[in-house]
Amino acid sequence: MCYLTTGKHMAFYGSFGTVLLLLAITAPVALAFGFGGAMAARSRVAPLRWLGKAYIAVVRGVPDIAFFLFFVIALDQLFEWLRHQAKCPDWDAAIRQGNDFVVCPAAKLPLSSSPQIWHEAYGFSLAVLTFAIVFGAFAANVLFGAMKAVPRAQLETAEAYGMSHRQTFWRILVPQMWVYALPGLSNLWMVLIKATPLLFLLGIEDIVYWARELGGSKTPRFTDYPHGDWRVYYFGALLVFYLCFTRVSEIVLGRVMKRLTHGQATMGGEAQRKAA
Amino acid sequence: MNKILFGTAALAMSASMALAQDVVRLGTEGAYPPYNFINDAGEVDGFERALGDELCSRAELTCEWVTNDWDSIIPNLVSGNYDAIIAGMSITPEREEVVAFTQNYTPPSPSAYAATTDGIDLDTAVIAAQTGTIQSAHVATMEGATLVEYPSPDETVAAMKSGEADAVLSDKDYLIPVVEESGGAVMFVGDDVPLGGGIGMAFRQSDPELREKFDAAIQSMKDDGTLNAMIVEYLGEDSPKF
Repeated sequence: MCYLTTGKHMAFYGSFGTVLLLLAITAPVALAFGFGGAMAARSRVAPLRWLGKAYIAVVRGVPDIAFFLFFVIALDQLFEWLRHQAKCPDWDAAIRQGNDFVVCPAAKLPLSSSPQIWHEAYGFSLAVLTFAIVFGAFAANVLFGAMKAVPRAQLETAEAYGMSHRQTFWRILVPQMWVYALPGLSNLWMVLIKATPLLFLLGIEDIVYWARELGGSKTPRFTDYPHGDWRVYYFGALLVFYLCFTRVSEIVLGRVMKRLTHGQATMGGEAQRKAA
Repeated sequence: MNKILFGTAALAMSASMALAQDVVRLGTEGAYPPYNFINDAGEVDGFERALGDELCSRAELTCEWVTNDWDSIIPNLVSGNYDAIIAGMSITPEREEVVAFTQNYTPPSPSAYAATTDGIDLDTAVIAAQTGTIQSAHVATMEGATLVEYPSPDETVAAMKSGEADAVLSDKDYLIPVVEESGGAVMFVGDDVPLGGGIGMAFRQSDPELREKFDAAIQSMKDDGTLNAMIVEYLGEDSPKF
């Protein structure tokens, strides 16, 4: 048993997995939110269009920390309120009692008797959902712009071939827009990688939380391994991790960009064609 | 009137039935030794861990420990993510508007200033304190002194050591190990400041049954002297006792 294998350090190593898992789940979900938002924002149905535009404008305008402090709690309360309506129709006490939010025990999410792991899984899914909503709004704006950037001539040609609106959208517009969206989306990905410390507001212990906890100075009274302020070393390790992760992301995104550019009527696509 | 009484009785019964089988979730910060901290094994440890476990066994409840950021510790309680806060939280009138406290389980204990030199004029100093604490509220009322706030207690001490702040104001029980283990590099300065009405457990205002159970358990520990023994063991001989 040495310093680097204490239970606390094991939790620190485990939190890297938590962060990677969060990113792996959040990125596609956020992209789906973004795609839905962008589709809504350019819809021909006016209420849907307003909804899409409002989503993009409101969520992008609210600071992340406010979102994570209040929105997540509101979301949690909404779920519990819905379950309360379904499961406890006979409950006659008020749900809002002053500052308190009280639903019947059967409506608690997760039930307060369930093991801690379920509480953590639930908090984690709330985090994924919140991240997806926040980053989805930014992605929606990027995709909205990318859809507009596809040359009009491409869509006109599709219409001339007799394609319906739907066919034009899925067969012509969507395949071509990614090349315009990718630079913006890759920015979002980089920001998302570094946004995970917000997780501790939800009680999820991420790598930055553990680095701060482990690096803080320890007196011999409370640990077998006393040390001074070592935060700089722990944050240094995180710096290396983030830089490596960013570098890998850049390489992968570069390859994706190369593939997407293939056969496109853009400068990059033209250059590829000439080189071939 | 009858109907109301009956309704309340039924509610109380169903609530206490629910409690009998439920787990009570105790929320703490895990960053405030000796009250609560994460030990080498990664578990909640300290004065409040020992106290909370003892209170739960006296009240015959099953308890589970949860850590939560100090900033959002009250919002998560009132929204029902855990059932009690036991995190070195002093009883103050402002907090009592939002949550309900048990009787205190430590007597009102002094806050103190610590600094790296003793030649500091506290009236004009830059003073570090944790956000949302009675200490930061106190520094904010001091004319001439400048308040700098940090999210965790450890960062307030680190700021004082690195010179970002001239002094740190915190619970004396928290600062005693910091001063003693520093080998003379950190010392208490100025006079102690009496703040707050002691530390209590905080519950939702709508949850009086659970609060009363813990209140009774605290009273029984005060009566048989175990609480004083625990204070001496974890907080030291000099900490005020009941």
